[in-house]
Amino acid sequence: MTKMHIKLNVNGEPKEVLAEPRELLIHTLREQLNITGPHIGCETTHCGACTVEMNGKSVKSCTVFAAQADGAEITTIEGLGTPDALHVLQQAFREHHGLQCGFCTPGMITRAHRLLQENSNPTEEEVRFGMSGNLCRCTGYQNIVKSILAAAAEMNAIKEAAE
Amino acid sequence: MIPAAFEYHRPTDVQAAIRVLQDHGDEARVLAGGHSLIPMMKLRMADLSHLIDLQDIAELKGVSIDNGTVSIGAMTTQHELIESDELFRAAPILREAALQIADPQVRYMGTVGGNVANGDPGNDMPGLMQCLGATYTLVGPDGTREVAARDFYEAAYMTAREDEEILTRITFAAAMGGYAYEKQKRKIGDYATAAAAVLLTKEGGRVASASIAMTNLSDVPVFSEAAAAALVGSGCDEGATTAAISAMLNDIDPTEDNRGPVDFKRHVAGVILARAIQRAWSRA
Repeated sequence: MTKMHIKLNVNGEPKEVLAEPRELLIHTLREQLNITGPHIGCETTHCGACTVEMNGKSVKSCTVFAAQADGAEITTIEGLGTPDALHVLQQAFREHHGLQCGFCTPGMITRAHRLLQENSNPTEEEVRFGMSGNLCRCTGYQNIVKSILAAAAEMNAIKEAAE
Repeated sequence: MIPAAFEYHRPTDVQAAIRVLQDHGDEARVLAGGHSLIPMMKLRMADLSHLIDLQDIAELKGVSIDNGTVSIGAMTTQHELIESDELFRAAPILREAALQIADPQVRYMGTVGGNVANGDPGNDMPGLMQCLGATYTLVGPDGTREVAARDFYEAAYMTAREDEEILTRITFAAAMGGYAYEKQKRKIGDYATAAAAVLLTKEGGRVASASIAMTNLSDVPVFSEAAAAALVGSGCDEGATTAAISAMLNDIDPTEDNRGPVDFKRHVAGVILARAIQRAWSRA
C-alpha cells in the first residue's frame, strides 16, 4: 500500500511522517517520533495506557489510525511536564503515591489532565467515573484518585492566586 | 495487532463516500468513530481493502431540535450527545444511556450513527431508538429513504441498510414524561448482560402511554409492545410491573455466553426492567 504523508502537531511541534494507512497512532508516536510516554498495554481499547489528547479529546491511540489523526493536535505526557519542571498532576502523583510500577501513569495523567480541563473541581465520584477508561493493576486506584483531587485543588489555588 | 493493509479515503461529502462504496462493493467499509470496526480490523475479523473515513463530512454532524423533532447527525459522538443541554431537555434518556456506554475515551470517538448502524446486539442505542420510535435516514446511489428503527434490525450485524447506503441521520419526536435507561454490566466498558429502555407518560395517576425496549437479549434489539401494553392504564403498581416483565420475557430470546446462562439472563432482564419502570414512573 502506498504510504501517506501525515502531518501532526505533537506537543506544540509540527511533525510530518510517512505511514501506511493501517498504521495506528500509538505506533507512529512511539516508533516514528520516538515519543514513548504513551504505552502499549492491552492494545484492545481497554486499558488506557496509550491515552493521548487529540484535538481536545482523550483518545486511546491504539484504536485510532495515524491517517485519522492527519492534521490533528496531539498532546502526550511529554507535553505536560519535564523531569525538571513537573506538571502539577505529575507532582501530585509523586506526593500521593499515585503509582507503583508506573506503566499506566502516562495514560492516567494525560486523561486526568483533560478531565480537569472539563471539570476543574470534580467530586471523588466524578474523578472515578472520568477515569474509568484507565486501568491500573497495582494501586487499587485509591491513591490515583487522591492525587487527581489534590492536583485539582492545587491548580485551582494557583489560578486564584493569579487572579 | 496490526490490521491488514487497506486504502484510506476521507471524502468531504456523502455522495463522494457513496461513489467509493459503489466502486469497491463489499471490499469497502465506512469508518465512523472506529471503536467497533478498528478492533475487528486488528483481530483480522473485519476484512476490507478500502476504508472510508466520514469525519470530514460536515452534514453528518450535530444535533438540531425543531418543533419538537430531534435530528441527530450520524457522526455525532456519544460525548457530544452527553454534553448537549438542548438534547437533554428534549430527550433526557439519551444522556442517561450514553453515559453507560463504554468509557470516556471511547465516548469521545464513538458515534451514534456507528452504534445504531453496526447491528451489534450488544450496542445500547438500537434498543433506545426503538423505544423512542426513531427513524433512520439512509442515503445511497438511488437517493434517500427512511427506515423505522423498529424495522431496521434483521439479525446480528444484519440490517435493512444496503451495502452502498450510508446511515446519515436519526430523527425522533422529543420524548416527554418519565424515562429510564437501566443497564446491568460486569464492568465499565462491557456490553450489557441486560438493559432496558423505558419511556412513559402519566395522566391522573395512571400510565397514559408507555414504550419499552430491551438490549442484548436476542440477536436484535427487542421492542416489546406487550410489555408496554401491560402498563398502560395501570397505576404502575407491582402487579402491572410483574405483568410487563412476564410479557417482556415472552419477547426476548437470550443465548448463553460469557455473561451467563439463559436462566440468569432472563432473571437479570426482569430485575433491570423492574428498576427501569420504577425510575421512569418516579420521573413521570
